[in-house]
Order: sequence, then C-alpha cells, then structure tokens
Amino acid sequence: METFWFVAVALMLAVYIVLDGFDFGTGIIYMFVAKTDEERRLTLNAIGPVWNGNEVWLLAGGGLLFFAFPKAYASGFSGFYLALILVLWLLMLRGIAIELRSHLDHPLWRPLWDVTFSVSSLLLAVIFGAAIGNLVRGVPLNAEGYFQTPFWTSFLPGPEPGILDLYTVSTGILSATVLSIHGAYYVAMKTEGGLHQRAHRFAKVGGWVLIPIILLNLFSLKNVQPILSANYSAYPIGYTIPLAAAVALGLMLYFCQKGRDTAAFFASCLFILAGIGITAWGYYPNLLISTTNQSYNLTIYNSATSAYGLQVGLIWFGIGFPLVIAYTIFMYRSFWGKVTPASLHESY
Amino acid sequence: METALFYDRLQFAFTITFHYLFPQLTMGLALLILYLKSRALWTNDEHFNDAARFWIKIFALSFAFGVVTGIPMEFQFGTNWAKFSELTGGVIGQTLAMEGLFSFFLESSFLGFLLFGEKKFGPRVHWMASLMLFLGSWLSGFFIMATNAWMQHPVAFTVTEDGNFYVTSLWGLLTNSWLVWQYLHNMTAAAATGSFVMAGVGAFYLLSNRHTDYAKTFLRTGVTAGAIASLLLVFPTGHENAKQVFEHQPVTGAAFEGLFQTERGAGMVLVGQPNMETLTIDNPITIPWGLSLLVYDEIWAEVKGLDAFPRDEWPDNIPLLYYSYHIMAGLGTIFIAIMVPAMLLLWYGKLFKTKLVLWGILLITPFPYIATTAGWMTAELGRQPWLVYGLLRTSEGISPLVHSGNVLFTLIGFVGMYFLLGILFLFMFAETVSHGPEPKNAGGEAPVVHSPY
Repeated sequence: METFWFVAVALMLAVYIVLDGFDFGTGIIYMFVAKTDEERRLTLNAIGPVWNGNEVWLLAGGGLLFFAFPKAYASGFSGFYLALILVLWLLMLRGIAIELRSHLDHPLWRPLWDVTFSVSSLLLAVIFGAAIGNLVRGVPLNAEGYFQTPFWTSFLPGPEPGILDLYTVSTGILSATVLSIHGAYYVAMKTEGGLHQRAHRFAKVGGWVLIPIILLNLFSLKNVQPILSANYSAYPIGYTIPLAAAVALGLMLYFCQKGRDTAAFFASCLFILAGIGITAWGYYPNLLISTTNQSYNLTIYNSATSAYGLQVGLIWFGIGFPLVIAYTIFMYRSFWGKVTPASLHESY
Repeated sequence: METALFYDRLQFAFTITFHYLFPQLTMGLALLILYLKSRALWTNDEHFNDAARFWIKIFALSFAFGVVTGIPMEFQFGTNWAKFSELTGGVIGQTLAMEGLFSFFLESSFLGFLLFGEKKFGPRVHWMASLMLFLGSWLSGFFIMATNAWMQHPVAFTVTEDGNFYVTSLWGLLTNSWLVWQYLHNMTAAAATGSFVMAGVGAFYLLSNRHTDYAKTFLRTGVTAGAIASLLLVFPTGHENAKQVFEHQPVTGAAFEGLFQTERGAGMVLVGQPNMETLTIDNPITIPWGLSLLVYDEIWAEVKGLDAFPRDEWPDNIPLLYYSYHIMAGLGTIFIAIMVPAMLLLWYGKLFKTKLVLWGILLITPFPYIATTAGWMTAELGRQPWLVYGLLRTSEGISPLVHSGNVLFTLIGFVGMYFLLGILFLFMFAETVSHGPEPKNAGGEAPVVHSPY
C-alpha cells in the first residue's frame, strides 16, 4: 500500500516536471528566441491556456505527499525553509508576469515582465534541479527526523552539506539545460516562421551541450550517493529505465535533426519521465536520505499515515485521478495546434 | 522559540488573510456568472452574455491572484507548521489532498474554456465551463472548510501514544456537524462579496452615466443576491454558528462578547472596549438580556463568562477577538440596512433613480471584504490557544528547527511582495472597470477581443 502511494506521489511530481518543465523552458529561451512583441505574445499564448493547469500538478503532488507521508512532508518542507519560500516568490512573480504582461501596451511595462518571466523561470529550473540533487545526496536528518540546511556551507557534499554544493549545482544546471531544450521543442512545435526556426536551432545546439552535462552528472552520482545502485543490483529489471532514457535521448536528438519537433517534444517528455524514474527506482523506499546516519532515513514505512488513511485514500484517488487525466487530455486536445498571429486577434 | 512562534503565526495570518481576499470574490462571482450564463442560454438574450464576459474578465484577474497567493498556503503547513503537519497529517492530509485532486484541476482546466472557448466551442460548452468553475471553486471551499472545521471541532479520529492524529472515518470527517453551518456561513459571505462588488460596479456606471444598460443588469443581479446573502448571513447561518461556538467552545463565546463574569440574563455589548487589567468592558452600551436570549432563547438563562474557565484556556488575544467579532456582526447589520431597502426600491422600480441609495451601494463595496476578514479572525483567534481545539496547542505545532530570524526574513519578504501584488491588482481592476463591458456589434459579430497574453 505504501508502495502504491510512493509511485503515485512520484508520478504526480514527474508529470509536473514534464508539464511545467516546458513552461520553464519556454521562459528560459523566451528572451533569446522571441524578438518582437508579436513573437513574445505568440510564445506566451503557446503556454497561456495550460500553464496554470500544469502548476496544479505541483500542488496536487505536494498535497498527496502531505496526505500519504505527512512526516516526510513536514521534515522536507521545513528543512528547506528558505529555499522553498524563495520558490514560492519566484512562482508568484512568474505567474503574475505571464498574466499581466500583455494587459498594458507601454514600452516600460512589457520588458519589465519579460525579464521577470525569464529570470524567474531560469531560477526555478535550477532550484528544482538542485532540489532533486539534494534528495539524492541526502540531508542531515537528526534522530527526530528533522533537519535544517543553510543555502551553502563548504560547497562540498559531506555530512553537513548546504543546499547548494558542487553536486547539487551540477544537477541544477542539468535541469535548466534539459528544461530549456524541452521548452524549445515545445515552442518550435507550437509556432511558425522565424520564431519556430530560432527555437528549433536552440534545441539543436542544446542537444549537443546536454550530453557532456549528463555524463558529468552520471559520473558524480556514483560517488555522491552509492546506495542508489542497491535496488538496481537487487532488481536488474530496473536497468530498463536508464535504457529507456538513453533511447529517448537518442530519439530526441534524431527527431530534432529531422525537423520533427512534435516527435522530439514527446521524446523529451519521455526522457524527463525516465530521468525521474531512474532516481525513483534507486531511491525507493526512502523519502529522505540522511547524510549523518542511515538509520535516520525517512522511508515510506516510518513516514506513512495510518493503514486506514492510505486505504480510504484509494477511493477518492480512484475517482479523482481518472478525472484529472480526462480534463488534462481534453484541455490539451482543445488547445492543440500552432498559435498564429491571427489567433492573437481572434474574436471571443 | 517564543518569537519564532509569534512570527510563524503572523506570517500565516498575513498570507492567508491576503490570499482570501481573492477567492471570496471568485467564489461569489462564480455563482453570479453561472446565473448570467444560464439566463443567456435560457432567453437567448445576448445582453447577458456580454455582461457575463465582463465579469469573467474580473473573475480571471482575481483567480490569477488567488492562485499565486494560494500556493504559499499549502507550502506553509510544511515550512512553518511542520510539527502540526506531522501530527495531524493523518486527518487533514485527506481533505487537503482531495482539494488538489478534485478542485484545482477542475478550476484550472475549465478557466481556459471560459476565457478562450466561447466562440470556438459554442454557448453550451461555455455555459458548462461556467458550471464547472462554480463547482470547482465551491468544492475547493468545502475541502478547506472541512479542514478548518476539524481543527475547530475534531471528530472521527484517534490519537496514538506519540500524539499522532489519524482519521477513523472519512465520511465522519466530511460530515462534521460543525462543518455544515460554517461552510454555509462562509459561502454566503463569498456570495455577498461577489454580489456587492457587482452591484457596486453597477452603481458606479449608473451614477457616472456610462454603460447604463449593463449597470442596471449588474444592479438587479447584485442587489437581489446581495440582499438575500445579507439576510442569510445573519439568520440562520450566523446565528447557528454562534450557537455552536457557545456549545462547543464556550470560553470563545464568552470572549466574543467580552463577558468576563458568568451571569444570568447576560446582556449583549454593542460597543465598548475590553479592559484586560480590570477584566471589565469600558464605556459599554448593552442590550439587557440580549446574550442569554440569543444563545439560549431565554432571557434568564445563565451564560458562562471567562471566569468560569482556567486562564490558560482563554483565547490569547481577547480584545482583538472581541473587536473582530463585533466588526463582523456590526457590518452584517449595516449590509442588511442598505441592501434590503435597495431591493425593495428595485421591486418598486425606483432604485435606478434613487441616487442616495446608489451612492450607498457604491461606497459599501469594500466592506464585505472587511467583514469576511473579521469573520475569519473571529474563527481563528477564537480557536486559540489551540490548533486542534482542546487537543493540540498552537505553540506545539511550529517547525522545530526553523529559527525566528528566518521567519522574520520571509515575513518581511511576503509583506513586500503582497504590497506589490495588491497595487497591481487594484490597478488592473480599475483598468478593467474603466474599460467596461463590450456589447456585440450591430452586425451581430462578436467584438474583437485580444488574447490576454
């Protein structure tokens, strides 16, 4: 039962990263690929009807974590106190920037929100990557299962690490790179003309930059957190996940070369899902790994709510989750297709 | 530790108060937009579609601010109230996770259809989107109220030896007796905010002689809904809420009324200042026997005063609680005094010419926000010193390792951020209202509306 909820929470958060990930990516490349005001509006319209729904996956994933594993939610959220509040402020600024930018036609108003949107998207992509890095590396949990880390200590992974160290910064960079390419595929898929070409070129170049960054991360992963490989040794079937990631990466680069942006975008979705799957497979059954003492680890067993709670949750999750999938597919199908300059002036 | 607790409380109070300014409008407007869209679909009168389209814009604006200020609420349970989350997650995790799954997705998916889908998908889908948004937002309110009702009046749970609360019946949690009246009271208040704002904008247009056709529709809808909501706020929802407070949280009830001594035939203080040194009310103006009558329907009934309870169970800020309660109740009375006569004038066809009442409707617009805020302060200060009434103290709920300096830092940041957001919202709201509703062109073509992005 705990395993089911571990998968559910991981899945919700993985879908969040895939969906809001292209919003972040769009934000990161926004200033570079969209030059004119019209192109910027087109870019925003590409994510406009969906970005809010994408963000809900974070809230729902967080809510699910709170419900199923309250101890891990409490410990993780309070432990990363400043970093999470920073995430909140950035999410607010980004949302407001998207919503307000085009409401007013003034030469100072729009550039202000353009920069806000881009910078907050970049920082969020880096922070979310660093957050995964922190989970992998572990945090200094105490015997009560709580911790508090500063932003940085010595910048080296160790028993008393900061949120930012060499390893987590590298996962942050990896995440920003992956998501900006992901966003570039999305923009290329949703637009035409010069904007489309620039986004496409960005994705093409980005694909080659990505490979050394991935290799670097894989190399350091083995040194930073050896226990992740235990599940793979015990259940070698898990090796299919990194294999899938490698195939997805190959397809991504191949489709991009061929100019098939939609296919490349879906390959990129698969790549991100597989990337998170790799971590989740190795991480199970832990929810937070301790750097000080392995017996302090928060696992799905010592953090879970009562058996009745987990069981009764199946009822509403069983009803709610298919509905969520249905809305999401319905919404994406309805707003499928390229955004064109004409659609900016479409009547209601 | 003391100061960390203080800043934690202040930050949560500040962020939730600011956040709730937006949902109360969107939940109220969701109901009224559904009415306008239904009316348009029923009568085929395009006028109501135009009117709805204008309010959808305001709705979307308020919704966007509600979303961005709402995310911190879910996060702060974990960041600032980790111990509370750990201990009670076994109960309130259910309702909060259900809110995410059932409401947030519904709202965010169908808002797109409401904003972009009218022409593309036709009037029926557009009407359905307004229904879905109404359901989503009122469902969201329900799950939040279920969470709060459990904190006010815990039911359907067990406590383990190490202090963890676990739900024993999901059905029991969702049908908490406290929840019924609290939910109805709160949703009526949201309907009041929505209708007062709609009526206020109508009065503004009519008094400045602009968009008069729409102004009249807004006034008809807003005044009718506003008068009904104002009456329902006092009776039965407010009355029943007060009764259940006196039944289950008698010390809170005594603090509401500033009743320091237990009395038979207790009077109801209308105005006066609680003096915590002498434990009396300064300069009281009192309705004799009023309180006994209100709570027990009997003028000589005994009402327990604060002296009947140990001091460490008294709400920790009695004067503020007392004022919140009196501001809420006082404003509720004023709302009836303005909206009910306005509705009578509307019936007799005189409202649109009675400038004095139109001015009243215009100027009362911000006050439902104040009344609602005061109402929530009444509920939350009244629950003190408990997080879970009678079982878990507020001081036991904060994050063990988050220091006061960090919380003060983020509190200051939130104040700055929300100050900026507040200015932006008012600016955008004023811009939307000054732009006004747009009718269909004479040729039957829908007006050219630019994409909001």
